[in-house]
Amino acid sequence: MAESIVVHIEDVAFAYNGLPVLSDVSLRIVEKDFAWIVGPNGGGKTTLLKLMIGLLQPQRGQVRLLGQRPKDVRSQVGYMPQHASLDPQFPVTVLDVVLMGRLTNFRPLGRIARQDRERAEAALGEVGIAERGREQFSHLSGGQQRRVLIARAMASDPKLLLLDEPTANLDLRVEQELFELLQRLNERLTIVMVSHDPAFVSPFVKSVVCVKRHVHVHPTAEIDSEIMSELYGRPIRMVRHDQHFDREDD
Amino acid sequence: MGFFHALWQHSFLQYALLAGLLASVACGVVGTYVVARRITYIAAGIAHSVLAGMGLAHYLAVVHDLTWLHPLYGAVVAALVSAVTIGLVSLKARQREDTVIGAIWAVGMAAGILFIAATPGYQENLMSYLIGNILMVSGSEVWLLGLLDLVVVAVCFVFYRQLGAVCFDEEFARVRGLSVSAYYLLLLCLTALTVVLLVSVVGIILVIALLTIPVAVAGRFTRSLWQTMLLAVAISSLFTTIGLVVSFEPNWPAGPTIILIAGVAFIVVSLFTGNHTGRIRSSERAASRTNR
Repeated sequence: MAESIVVHIEDVAFAYNGLPVLSDVSLRIVEKDFAWIVGPNGGGKTTLLKLMIGLLQPQRGQVRLLGQRPKDVRSQVGYMPQHASLDPQFPVTVLDVVLMGRLTNFRPLGRIARQDRERAEAALGEVGIAERGREQFSHLSGGQQRRVLIARAMASDPKLLLLDEPTANLDLRVEQELFELLQRLNERLTIVMVSHDPAFVSPFVKSVVCVKRHVHVHPTAEIDSEIMSELYGRPIRMVRHDQHFDREDD
Repeated sequence: MGFFHALWQHSFLQYALLAGLLASVACGVVGTYVVARRITYIAAGIAHSVLAGMGLAHYLAVVHDLTWLHPLYGAVVAALVSAVTIGLVSLKARQREDTVIGAIWAVGMAAGILFIAATPGYQENLMSYLIGNILMVSGSEVWLLGLLDLVVVAVCFVFYRQLGAVCFDEEFARVRGLSVSAYYLLLLCLTALTVVLLVSVVGIILVIALLTIPVAVAGRFTRSLWQTMLLAVAISSLFTTIGLVVSFEPNWPAGPTIILIAGVAFIVVSLFTGNHTGRIRSSERAASRTNR
């Protein structure tokens, strides 16, 4: 086998209270891929990600991660939920957040093994904020908080990272830095990322998964205005930020 | 001062002081989770439903001469039943959650009031259940409060990280394979036991203030859950003790006095620490701007 398949979704359908969100979804993501899940709001991007991680069960079809059922390989998958769902005032230190990535159902007296702490600190170093472990999570800037959440996902030494809108509400510079971090991580693990914003900014993305009830996968080079207008149901124009009009009239 | 002189002489004052301190322990520890997970409304619902249990226990004790049946036992049962009911509804049908809390809240009060009305003898109990009567706490109640404390604190100690992770980010905890639903029900049961502890100190109506204000004050100075817990325990102990001392001479009801002191402290601390996190964040942002 030349490339091993990390995410294998076959003929999956999912509906919320009878309302179909995804149907006839088949999808393969290979090792070391950097897959970007894009599509309009309500199109089923987050649902697809939650099906992958096993937070939702498909009504039809099957989902396999690393060849097994999602809940059997949880320790090999790092997950980052949407940042907006977190309480910004929660009293917790950065290191404690990362340690959650190594938590199991029962560990007597809440003790942390030295190995857990070392791994958590290494993960913080990897995302570039090693020195901030003792600070309160909510005192960090938005971009740094995302780094902490990526470190938490990395703390269990996963083979696959699933990220739900990791760059939402960040300014462009911070977003760019975060992408550079993800690109570094992508050298050794597979990344699947949901984004509401299908801008063409990231050259690191290797394949794009377009979700609007149905799923189409494209290698990044292939994306053109025809695919975009099909996805959004109306013609869309790309904004070329590198070109400018010289305004002469009015 | 009159209070301290009386404290040496009267065991009822010693019990009252002890009850306040014991309640503060569970209050600071569990209150931290309640505030962090934002389930104050659930805690309030549980608190009010406790009246049904206390009323029924009181009724049975008087009418059927079950002298061992202390109202606190009824309170424990009612609180746990409400907690599990609200928990299951919130897990199975979240959109019904606040309807159910409201129903349990009012039905619990109504049932309690009817039981008390049906009980022959003095009707003074209702008021002391509602606003608490810390001076009536007996030696055996202090033991019971100590036992409840032990259970609550031991469970929170053992599952400290799991409960914290579930409160901070339920979805991530679920992906990690934690039994999120079980921990949520556990947290609600701990809240129920804490509410019972607090009811004997400040009464049903005022419970919610003592469960949240010490944590809110502590949260302005701490970085993690356990720091918030320790500081909240200390602050809550301070509130109950000062409240007891202040209310003693003028013969005010202790419960409302404690809550007013807590409220004033909360306002003062809020005014002086101001927009705490906002200030740090903006200064940090300015720093990162100049760095790069």
